[in-house]
Amino acid sequence: MKTRKGISIGLTFVLAVAVAAVFAGCGGSEPAGDAAKTATSNITIKGSDTMVILGQRWAEVFMQKNSGVTVQVTGGGSGTGIAALINGTTSIAESSRPMKDKEKADVKAKFGKEVLELPVAVDGLAVYVHASNPINELSVPQIKGIYTGAITNWKQVGGKNEAIILYSRENNSGTYVYFKEHVLQDADYDPRAQTLPGTAAVINAVSKDSKGIGYGGIAYGEGVKHIKVKQDDKTPGVEPTMENVLAAKYPISRYLYWYFAGPPTGEVKKLADWVVSKDGQSVVENVGYYPLSETDRTASAAKLTGTPTAAGQ
Amino acid sequence: MSAPVATVISSATPELARRRLWDRFVRGFIHVTALMAILVIVLIFVFVGKEALPVLTSSEVQKEANLDKLFRAQQYGTPEAPLPYVWQPVSTEPKYSLMPLLLGTLKVTLIAMLFAAPLGILAAIFSTEFAPTWLRESMKPVIELLAGIPSVVLGFFALIVLATLMQDWLQLDYRLNVLTAGVALGLAVVPIIYTISEDALTAVPRSYRNASAALGASRWQTAWNVVLPAALPGVFAGIVLGFGRAVGETMIVLMASGNAAITSWNFTEPVRTLSASVAAELAEVVFGETHYHVLFFIGTLLFVITFILNWFGSFMVARLRRRLTGAER
Repeated sequence: MKTRKGISIGLTFVLAVAVAAVFAGCGGSEPAGDAAKTATSNITIKGSDTMVILGQRWAEVFMQKNSGVTVQVTGGGSGTGIAALINGTTSIAESSRPMKDKEKADVKAKFGKEVLELPVAVDGLAVYVHASNPINELSVPQIKGIYTGAITNWKQVGGKNEAIILYSRENNSGTYVYFKEHVLQDADYDPRAQTLPGTAAVINAVSKDSKGIGYGGIAYGEGVKHIKVKQDDKTPGVEPTMENVLAAKYPISRYLYWYFAGPPTGEVKKLADWVVSKDGQSVVENVGYYPLSETDRTASAAKLTGTPTAAGQ
Repeated sequence: MSAPVATVISSATPELARRRLWDRFVRGFIHVTALMAILVIVLIFVFVGKEALPVLTSSEVQKEANLDKLFRAQQYGTPEAPLPYVWQPVSTEPKYSLMPLLLGTLKVTLIAMLFAAPLGILAAIFSTEFAPTWLRESMKPVIELLAGIPSVVLGFFALIVLATLMQDWLQLDYRLNVLTAGVALGLAVVPIIYTISEDALTAVPRSYRNASAALGASRWQTAWNVVLPAALPGVFAGIVLGFGRAVGETMIVLMASGNAAITSWNFTEPVRTLSASVAAELAEVVFGETHYHVLFFIGTLLFVITFILNWFGSFMVARLRRRLTGAER
C-alpha cells in the first residue's frame, strides 16, 4: 500500500521529467547560428584534415600578433567543416575542395547570405608509392584505372607482378572528393580501396606496404616516394614542385579554401585579411604547401574588401 | 517492568511516523532512479529511431535510400563487371547498400568469436576445475584487467603491431583485413566470455563433481562431460553477450579493418563494418540529408541487434539459475 504510493510519486516525477525533455527537445533543435555571424574574440575554424596543420600555424602566428583573440582549429574533413558552417557551429570552414552548389544553397537558406569563397593556398595532390616501387611516373588515365579497379596489377603499368593495394581517404575528406572529381572523373572508387582517416595515415600505410599506392597533400610525404604525374601518355611526367604547381603544369593541383557564411566582419575579417597578405602567405611555405601566386593573392584580398554582396563562385 | 506494549503497537508516536515517512520517501526515490535508467535507454532509442524514420516514411529520402536499395541487389557497376552491392554515399549517384557493411560486421564478429570463445571458455574451465586456489585468485583480476584496456589502444596495437605480424606470418596481400581486426576484437571479448563462463562453472554444485569423482572419472572427464554441460546456459549467455559487444565495437574495427566496403567471403581482405561507417561518416553529414538518415538507420539496426542479443543472453542466465538452484536436488 505504502510502496504503491511511493511508486506513484516516482512515476509522476518521471513523467514530468519526460514531458520537460520532450519540450526542450522540440524547442532547441535549431542551432544558434551566432558563431558564423558577428565578430567575437573567439574564432572557430573547422574542416579539412589536409589544411589543419596550416590552419593551426596561421592561428598560432595570428594569436601571437593579436593577444585578445583566440582561434580554435579542428580537423575532421572538408565535409565536416562545410557541414559545421551550414549548422552554424563554426566561423570559418577550411576545405580542400570547392563547395558544391547544394551546400552553398543550404548556407543561403540557413543564413540568408551568400557563401564567401576565399582561396588561401595552393596544393599539389601527390600520388605516393612505396620507396622500393620501380614505378616513377604514371599518367592520369592510368591512375584513374588503378583507383576504379580497372588496373589491378603493377605489371599492367610497367612494374612488378604484384597486386595493387589501394589506400584512399574517408568520404568526408575534401581530398577524396577532389580526387574523385578530377582524377576519376566522377567514377566510383574500387570497393577494395581501404579508407584511412588522414593523409598522414595514408602515408604511414603506404610506407609499410610495398604494393601500396595512396594520394594526399604534398606536405606530408615522409618515408614514401611521390611519382611524377603526366596528363596522358604523350606528355612528360611532372613533379609536384612549387613551380610546376603554380604554373599549372602539374595536372592535379588545387586551391585550398576558406569559406564564410557571408562576408566576414570584425576579428574574423582581420584574420582573413592577414592570411591573404604577404605575411600570412609566407607561413604557407613553411608548412609545406604553396602560397598563392601574386594575381591570386590580390584577387582574394579584393574579395574580402569587395562589395557586401560578393557572391561565392 | 511494565512492557510498553501500547507504544509499540500504536504508530501514532511522532518518531515512528517520521521514520515511516522517510522510508516511503527513500523507496519512492529509489524507484524513480531505477525508472530514470530505463527512461534514458528508451529516450536514446526514440531519438535515434526518430532520425532514422525518414528512411521508411519520407518519399524524398526514399528516392535515394529505401529498403530495397539498402538490402537487395542493385544494378551498379557495368554489365561486364556488375557490382550488386555498393556503399558509396558521397558520389554524384549516392549508393546506400547496407549488405557490404552487414557482411563486414558479420565476418569480423565471426573471427572474433572463433578466437575468443575457445580461449575464454577453456580459461574458465582451467580456472575453476584445475587451477590451485592461489592461481585462480590471481587469474580472474588479471583477465578482467584486459577488459579495462581502452578499445582505441587495442585498435592502435592491431594497426601497428598485429597487422605487420599477421602479414608476415600468413603472407597476406592486405595489411588491414578481417583476420587482424577479428583477433584484436577477440582480445576485447575474451574477458566477457571468461567472466560469465567462470561464474556459470562456479555455480555448478559441488555435488556434481563429487558424484562424478566417486564414479571414477578423471578431472578432465568431470570438467568436460559433467560440469560444462551443466553450466552450458551460462556459458552460452557469455558467448551471446560477447557477440553483442563485438557487433557494437567501433574503435578497433575503425583502425584495423581497412574500411573497404567489399562484399565477399574472403577473410584476408579488408571490410567495412556498420559501427565504423557511422563513426567515420556521421561528422560530415549535414543534418537532414539522406546520408544522415541512413546513418541513423544503421544506428537503430545496431541498437536493435545488440538489444536482442543482450536480452537473449540474460534470459539464458536466468534459465541457468533456475535449473541449478530450483529444479535440481
